[in-house]
Amino acid sequence: MLSYAFRRLLSTIPVLWIAVTACFFVLRLAPGGPFDGERSLPPAILQNLAAHYNLDKPLIQQYLYYVGDLLRGDLGPSFSSEDFNVAQQIMIGLPYTFTLGMTAFALAIIIGVAVGCLGALYQNKMPDYVLGAMILVGVVFPNFLIAPILQLVFGIQLAWLPVGGWGDGSLKYLVLPVVVMALPHAGRISRITRGSMIEVMNQNFIRTAKAKGIGPRLTVMRHALKPAMMPVVSYLGPAASYLLTGSLVVESIFGLPGIGRYFINAALNRDYGMVLGTVIFYMVLIVFLNLIVDIAYAWLDPKVRNR
Amino acid sequence: MILNPAKRELLAAELLEAEGLSPEGRSLTKDAMRRLCRNKAAVVSIVVLALLILAAVVGPYFIPHNYEDPDWAAFRAPPSWEDGHYFGTDPNGRDLLARVLYGTRVSLAVAFVATLVSVVIGVLYGAISGYFGGRLDSIMMRFVDIMYALPYILFVILLMVIFGRNVYLLFAAIGALEWLTMARIVRGQTLSLKHREFVEAARASGQKPLKIITKHIIPNLVGPVVIFAALTVPEIIATESFLSYLGFGVQEPLTSLGTLIAEGTDAMESMPWLLAFPAVFLVSLLLSLLFIGDGLRDAFDPKDR
Repeated sequence: MLSYAFRRLLSTIPVLWIAVTACFFVLRLAPGGPFDGERSLPPAILQNLAAHYNLDKPLIQQYLYYVGDLLRGDLGPSFSSEDFNVAQQIMIGLPYTFTLGMTAFALAIIIGVAVGCLGALYQNKMPDYVLGAMILVGVVFPNFLIAPILQLVFGIQLAWLPVGGWGDGSLKYLVLPVVVMALPHAGRISRITRGSMIEVMNQNFIRTAKAKGIGPRLTVMRHALKPAMMPVVSYLGPAASYLLTGSLVVESIFGLPGIGRYFINAALNRDYGMVLGTVIFYMVLIVFLNLIVDIAYAWLDPKVRNR
Repeated sequence: MILNPAKRELLAAELLEAEGLSPEGRSLTKDAMRRLCRNKAAVVSIVVLALLILAAVVGPYFIPHNYEDPDWAAFRAPPSWEDGHYFGTDPNGRDLLARVLYGTRVSLAVAFVATLVSVVIGVLYGAISGYFGGRLDSIMMRFVDIMYALPYILFVILLMVIFGRNVYLLFAAIGALEWLTMARIVRGQTLSLKHREFVEAARASGQKPLKIITKHIIPNLVGPVVIFAALTVPEIIATESFLSYLGFGVQEPLTSLGTLIAEGTDAMESMPWLLAFPAVFLVSLLLSLLFIGDGLRDAFDPKDR
């Protein structure tokens, strides 16, 4: 188990290296430099700026500098904010994004697994139709469409919940953004759960459990749930990455001060340093989330470990 | 035993006629089409999609306003029958119906071109990887695994930031990043196809590998490729509107459904029609494409039934 985890950890290194390299060179291909403002600067100042940020060195040397800084956790300067570098800006936004993402992730898993199991156990009955409707809504209504509708209904018409903002960080500010983020994934997770649960329930060991007479609840909880969760676990890696892209929109719509909003603003203002730093940060995050999911999967299914 | 072939055919035809069947037999495609036509949701969706495409392509010629010129007499006008602004106008006095139709056209165009790009890359990549196998296969598939692990929408945003907001780039960027699943599916199919007799025969007759791939393998992949492409289209439309919503899509005065929804969201309290109409179009587009994709999958692959 430990050796599997170690091998898996090693295999993320080339992934990250390729990603960072690709991002760096794509960025350097960009037409125009970071200091091509509306007001052109005198060449002497430009030269000083370039020297300060190592932009006058050969490309390969710049690349080595960048990777070196990256290994020390320095994501480089932001070209639009004077007071904070990229890493500091990310650290400011991270707690908000993290709270939001983790709550949405947990909610999506709980709702998805519960509804999926009910759908599988009551095939073609009421819970199954609820499931179908939920999947459809999650897939067909993009989050940037659900969000304003919920804002209009719960925030403005009923005035139950705040329309946006973080406020004091209490639960009522979290409800709408978390629901918007979780809904599509709850739908997908429930579809996966339903499929694999139906498959598992038709297997011999479930028939044995039923024949033992332990009752439907114990059969599901003790015997069917764990094998049925395998495909769900393998979906969680991609789900984390989708959730992250979803947070871009949700943070912008609800005006939450997370990384996503910084990223969108930086991208719209062409703050290359910030965009690159955030993309790299996101990638590291996602690669590691995938790593955790893979290890969890190996823990659940011993067959995977020895491959 | 009947040795005379003419007699045998006659007998076969008679037998078929007695059973009330046509002598042509039922091909896989015909069978699938019959199943598709029995699927009510899919049939309705095909009609809806056809209407939407028709409206997007020829609709703009039949309405009194165009999508970019403001009507100086009607700013922020709610929908009405009298002045010809059936969907109302936006804050700049532009006719919403014309803009929605135009946005649908852009969304459809992006979807179809990007799907085409992803199909071409995915099929070639997957077929080459699967056919040659061995070390090349494991390197190529490892690359796909790496790409899978990365949040591709961030790459699209990165590309849009660096190279400017350009529709053609948008097509290419989405298509070029959406081919991964297609490559995996095609590779799996190729692996099972390449040991079949007709491929062996082609190899024995001395054909070059690339010719075998294009002439013998790819034509046999049409079914799964069509199904998956149909499921890719709504995903790309959703991605495009997502990017447009964030402001990385097409630029003014061009528009797309995502851009219109973003504009409508800003004014949803005072001018709800600005959000409602583009939303209805986007949702019915996605819904019908989804049902068609599901219907095709069920029709070609009746395993689940």
